[in-house]
Amino acid sequence: MQAFVNFFYLAAAVLFILGIKGMTKPKTAVRGNQLSALGMGLAVLAALLDFHVVSYGTIIIGILAGGAAGVYMARKVQMTSVPEMVALLNGLGGGASLLVAAANYLESQQLSGMGQFDPTVEWSVAVILSILVGAVTLTGSLVAVGKLMGKVDDPKDIRNYKLGVKASFALLFVGTLTLVMGDTLNSGVLLTLMILLCLVLGVCLVMPIGGADMPVVVSLLNSYSGIAGAAAGFVLGNNGLIITGSLVGASGLILTSIMCKAMNRSLVNVLFGGSMAAAAGISKSENDAFYEGKVKFASADEVAMMLETAKRVVFVPGYGLAVAQAQHATRELASLLESAGAKVKYAIHPVAGRMPGHMNVLLAEAEVPYDQLVEMDTINPEFPQTDVAIVLGANDVVNPVAAKDKNSPIYGMPILEVYNARTVIVVKRGLSPGFAGIPNELFIRENTLMVPGDAKKVLQDVIKALREG
Amino acid sequence: MEMLILTFTIFVLAIFVGVEIINKVPPTLHTPLMSGTNAISGIVVVGAIISSGAGEHTSGLSTFLGVLGIVLATINIFGGFLVTDRMLQMFKKKKG
Repeated sequence: MQAFVNFFYLAAAVLFILGIKGMTKPKTAVRGNQLSALGMGLAVLAALLDFHVVSYGTIIIGILAGGAAGVYMARKVQMTSVPEMVALLNGLGGGASLLVAAANYLESQQLSGMGQFDPTVEWSVAVILSILVGAVTLTGSLVAVGKLMGKVDDPKDIRNYKLGVKASFALLFVGTLTLVMGDTLNSGVLLTLMILLCLVLGVCLVMPIGGADMPVVVSLLNSYSGIAGAAAGFVLGNNGLIITGSLVGASGLILTSIMCKAMNRSLVNVLFGGSMAAAAGISKSENDAFYEGKVKFASADEVAMMLETAKRVVFVPGYGLAVAQAQHATRELASLLESAGAKVKYAIHPVAGRMPGHMNVLLAEAEVPYDQLVEMDTINPEFPQTDVAIVLGANDVVNPVAAKDKNSPIYGMPILEVYNARTVIVVKRGLSPGFAGIPNELFIRENTLMVPGDAKKVLQDVIKALREG
Repeated sequence: MEMLILTFTIFVLAIFVGVEIINKVPPTLHTPLMSGTNAISGIVVVGAIISSGAGEHTSGLSTFLGVLGIVLATINIFGGFLVTDRMLQMFKKKKG
């Protein structure tokens, strides 16, 4: 029977791999996701058939409660809040790994009392790793959710958090040695203290990271949640968990490195460099002086006039579009321009939005065909032939300073070269700096027009003017 | 020790498989990929089930922790797969 159970885990792992493979194309992605879900069903079935499992009542209650909460969340969440939801789910996954390790430790105490278990060094290390990664994922994710929601601010001074990280690691090292060398199974108090320490560590690790870098953090925590699962697999000696956990761990790591490359920053710099805005931040008066008298403004009517004659239009959506929920208005304007004969595309910067690929989801929600979404390297050579580029709530990713000012905090970050377009229209609520805390040279360029206001409102006004004109 | 080396081998090989297939996922689908793999990390529910359902060697506290683990992991599983499906359906609708 047990061999049969292990075979189920293997089948589940194969289904997960096929499922992720399905995600390589939008057409097969839905099926891929279903395959993964099927794999999960198999894995749960296998666990229920495991010879260790004898009582089902509490298990069923747990599954029903968790399932109901999960279904509710998935139905209710707004597409703009998907990053927060994913971050929260990461945290819960980490929390589950932490609980599994703790429960297994308690059971091992009982088993040892019955003379059926003898703790090895590997087992102890696996338990501690599982607790460490699980706890850090849990509290780290909760801080990330707070930052994504704008409820947790970036701290001005990050030294205390850095100190906290160092102290936690030192204490954990001592704790691990004590646990492994000493009476491993009778150190419940020590283990509890270490769990608390790991929870604090998670907060100290994520607090100093700037709100702008949360996409990287969410990707990394995604990776951690997988590694936490794999660690729990080492504790239980369960290959299904190990394979699946490492798949997820790898996925998160790759997305993390893609994000870092897109910002031209190293992971170490993101994690320990503090918030960019706090480091480079200019005062309000400096910011005002930069723009003083150099910005040209335009009204919605003028924008409409310009668009009437435009043949090639590129939209550049940023986080501001998500905040204003302007994806539907954008789509409406695009359709209007298309019906008038213009070619419309969307330029997507890799770090646009709040998590990798977030902007694509928002535009897909507004039924923008995905073949109109163009990646940075493909669209940049097309800007010189573009009549009008419309920047919607994006800032740092279109700042030409990234290409030439070595002292700029965003120097070297690949940007969308919208300034090459004949006319650039920037829709923005005000002239406040973006996440990097620096003014944007694009806004004072000769071919740039600013339209102050909420993206959705401005777009609706433009649509109205086009219809009437 | 041999067991450890075997499981570690599996761990390393699985990471390579992960890197290979995930590198092929286009940026358009990175958000659904992340929420989907996130759902998959709910696999830890397996560990929670085994921990909380085991018979003679559980204590009240270990069962409680196990069940709490099941709740958290199933939120992860159901929430993750369903929200991924919701997003992917939106990509499917429009073929351009």
